[in-house]
Amino acid sequence: MVSMVIRRVFTAVPLLLLVSSLSFVLLSLTPGDAARQILGTRGTPEQYEALRQQLGLDQPVYEQFWHWLSRAVTGDFGTSIINGTSVAGEIWARLPVTLSLISGAILVSVVVGVAGGVFSAVKDGWLARAIDALVLVVWALPVFWVGSMLVVVFAIKLEWLPAVGYVPLSESPTAWARSLALPVFALSLGSVAAVVKQTREAMLDVLGSDYIRMAAANGIPPRSLIFRHALKNAAIPVVTVVGLQTIGLFGGAVLIENLFAVPGLGSLLVTSALSNDIPAVQAVAVVFTLVVIIVNFAVDIAYGLLNPKLRSS
Amino acid sequence: MTLVAPFTEITDVSGSSSADSRFVRRLLRRPQAVACLVYLAVLAVVAIASPILLPDVAAERAGDLADSLQGPSSQHWLGTDSLGRDVLQRLLVGSQDTLIGVGVALVVVMLLGIPLGLLAGYVGGRLDRTLCWIADLVLSLPAMVLVIVVLSVFSQNLVAAMVTMGVLTAPALFRVVRAATLPVREQLYIAAAVVAGLSPSYIVRRHVLPRIVGPIIVQLSLLAAGALLLQTGLAFLSLIAGPPAPSWGGMVADGVGVMFQQGWLIWPPGIAIALTVLALGLLGDAVRDVSTEGWSPKRSPSRSTKQREKKGAHAPAVSVDDDVLLGIRNLTVSFASSGGNVRAAERVSFEVGPGETVGVVGESGCGKTTTALAILGMLGHGGHVEDGEAHFAGQDLLTLSERDIQEVRGSEIAYISQEPMVSLDPAFRIGWQLEEAVRANTPLRGADAKRRVQELLEQVQLPDPKRAARMYPHELSGGMAQRVVIARALAGEPRLLIADEPTTALDVTMQVEILELLRSLQREHGMAILLVTHDLGVVADICDRVVVMYAGEVVETASVADLFAHPGHPYTQALLASNPHNQHAAGMLPTIPGSVPELGAMPPGCRFLPRCTQSTPACELGTIPLLQIGERHESRCVHAREVRST
Repeated sequence: MVSMVIRRVFTAVPLLLLVSSLSFVLLSLTPGDAARQILGTRGTPEQYEALRQQLGLDQPVYEQFWHWLSRAVTGDFGTSIINGTSVAGEIWARLPVTLSLISGAILVSVVVGVAGGVFSAVKDGWLARAIDALVLVVWALPVFWVGSMLVVVFAIKLEWLPAVGYVPLSESPTAWARSLALPVFALSLGSVAAVVKQTREAMLDVLGSDYIRMAAANGIPPRSLIFRHALKNAAIPVVTVVGLQTIGLFGGAVLIENLFAVPGLGSLLVTSALSNDIPAVQAVAVVFTLVVIIVNFAVDIAYGLLNPKLRSS
Repeated sequence: MTLVAPFTEITDVSGSSSADSRFVRRLLRRPQAVACLVYLAVLAVVAIASPILLPDVAAERAGDLADSLQGPSSQHWLGTDSLGRDVLQRLLVGSQDTLIGVGVALVVVMLLGIPLGLLAGYVGGRLDRTLCWIADLVLSLPAMVLVIVVLSVFSQNLVAAMVTMGVLTAPALFRVVRAATLPVREQLYIAAAVVAGLSPSYIVRRHVLPRIVGPIIVQLSLLAAGALLLQTGLAFLSLIAGPPAPSWGGMVADGVGVMFQQGWLIWPPGIAIALTVLALGLLGDAVRDVSTEGWSPKRSPSRSTKQREKKGAHAPAVSVDDDVLLGIRNLTVSFASSGGNVRAAERVSFEVGPGETVGVVGESGCGKTTTALAILGMLGHGGHVEDGEAHFAGQDLLTLSERDIQEVRGSEIAYISQEPMVSLDPAFRIGWQLEEAVRANTPLRGADAKRRVQELLEQVQLPDPKRAARMYPHELSGGMAQRVVIARALAGEPRLLIADEPTTALDVTMQVEILELLRSLQREHGMAILLVTHDLGVVADICDRVVVMYAGEVVETASVADLFAHPGHPYTQALLASNPHNQHAAGMLPTIPGSVPELGAMPPGCRFLPRCTQSTPACELGTIPLLQIGERHESRCVHAREVRST
């Protein structure tokens, strides 16, 4: 367990450095001057000088990065070059929104995905084929398109749920849940499909193993074979896929937040990128990476809990 | 000269051009693959030709505004968008950016993934570990987020975005190439090529690459689908392909903007994206199937053939006989195989009395385990009982429903196998698994069940029962694991224990201990044991009676004393002669020449005839019946009486 923590920290540090230095390296690689490029023909010479200074372009790259890093570790991500607000403040306000969106999607993926996977592994035949086809179709559909269709059906045609917008939890829990329902649904579809597929394969694999046959030969009832023995053993590959899907969900969240006008980190990332607000983009990327590292860490711990061999060694 | 032979083989197996053309031919025989390839080819032509044929579309800011947001019509087949532009034209021209994006990402993925994957797989060692570490690192990054970081510096730059995507997803291909290279490297013909002094780069090009083309294409098709979804996603966010440039993702965004007025507009680009992703995914599936069908056995198409066929109304009246606990009559079991049904056990008949120990002996492939599993209704995939009866406690086990036979398993008949280490669930503690067996097979619950678990662990003489209960299977030795497996079998106090080679996987001292344990348990509980083994020494040690099986048939049944003193079948004689326990001198151990005939290729007459030293022409005449040759002594040999007296 201890060695695992050390190993994770060992990989977390280079990851964070890599992501945070990316935009500095890119800025220095830009032919000509980044400030000029960002302003295009819009800016006055004064604006140009101010932007140069704000981006720290008058210093060498490594000094720019060091300067940024030494402030970032204290939680200071600088100010937005568009509206001058504190980037860290903006991120703190938006982080809970994105996290509730993503944790909702993970919850749905695990519950629906595992249930569907177990069901289709045990009940063979047409249902398994129907789920296969559904998994394929869901996989092929872009998340932003599925989201749009959900808006058409549930918001416009049926008028069950709001089409866009977000209500904070503190304002009204029911309105909050309603405002997140469609985004979470749209975001989770792809990972539900992946989890169903993986769960079914893992379950079929485990159900065909010797220890299940031997347990059956000694009178252990099928219900226990499926829901205790097979499910716990199959959980290990399923956890892997949930971890990978979670990383993918961050990409999906960027699209979904923009489609549904949810004020999370994803929509901040896109509006900042569109206006070349580099300090903001950089900070959001670092926060995303940090969350991904935490997710990977949680997956590692889940492995340890599920696999006794890993725990004792 | 010795090198010549393997060398000609080398050119044969790898012979890339012929292997490739065979691969392509097999692929083109699949309609699914052909459909995908045709679609993708048409799309490529469209992407190249349409911007040339429709030069104005890319820069068209607005069409006929009076004619905007129209549905499909003869003039505009797919309708018009919010600015009155023709949707079909924009869809066709927009395919170019989409395909360029996918192409750029794939080129980067290949340039990084293939050489590095080959290098890591082929060289191994520290380089391999370092590259794998980096690959894991990169794969744990959120790709979309980093691509957007790049786009915040290089505004609207499709190539920069897709190069980034390529770099971030290259590790996926790297892993596939590395994993595919590792085993290829171990293969004999590569070793021969190295011995022949061929350079590594030549070996990789000629022998390794052709072999891993399949997995590479599969992974590339998946990555292409991913790149396409990313490209359209970025266009949807107008991070690339800003207006007025037509793009599939941008067209979805336009459609979303006017969703309330015209719901149609998100369909054409959505379908175009989904079809292309599907074509890529299904092509990958087809390539995977084709590239594995050559050397991996095809999985049985029916995943769950009914294990037990209901044998309807003509189930005969059950004869109850107090001396017989298990009575098997004419049991015939067949398995579905590619060449039709083959019989693994035929007309097998024998009896086990209460408290009796009966050994079933024979070489591997003689139908011993099949018989044992058939009794419990656990034949598994493709196996089914064709005929016969298995009477146990007044009922025919072979006619029971799955639910009813479950009641018998564990509480009436228990089963232990030869591999104790794979008989226990690795994810649960020993105590938990035993308690579960106790609860499943007895009315005991709670503290009573826990107490019973301790009792069971003591009965099988585990040194520290309390500690053992807290252990996981992987912490046990083979001998300990077999004791735990026996404890689980005893949980329901069964009247019959079927032990399938219970000592084969154990070392000699363990074998003796486990046999001793089985014997003492039997004495205490009066439990009958059906012991499947190939070891006559074990039979002599523990059994009362013996059933000898050969090629799916019972060839002799006798008491242990009779069998060892007067074997009535040449096969039994040969088994006794080759038994290492009988060897006193240090001479060569005699073996039985030849081998057990293949299932489905049985000789007519006596099945042992090809290996028999005492055969006469009479042995070839039809099926040989079991003959009574003494008191409870039967043999399936036409010369049994003569054989017995020799």
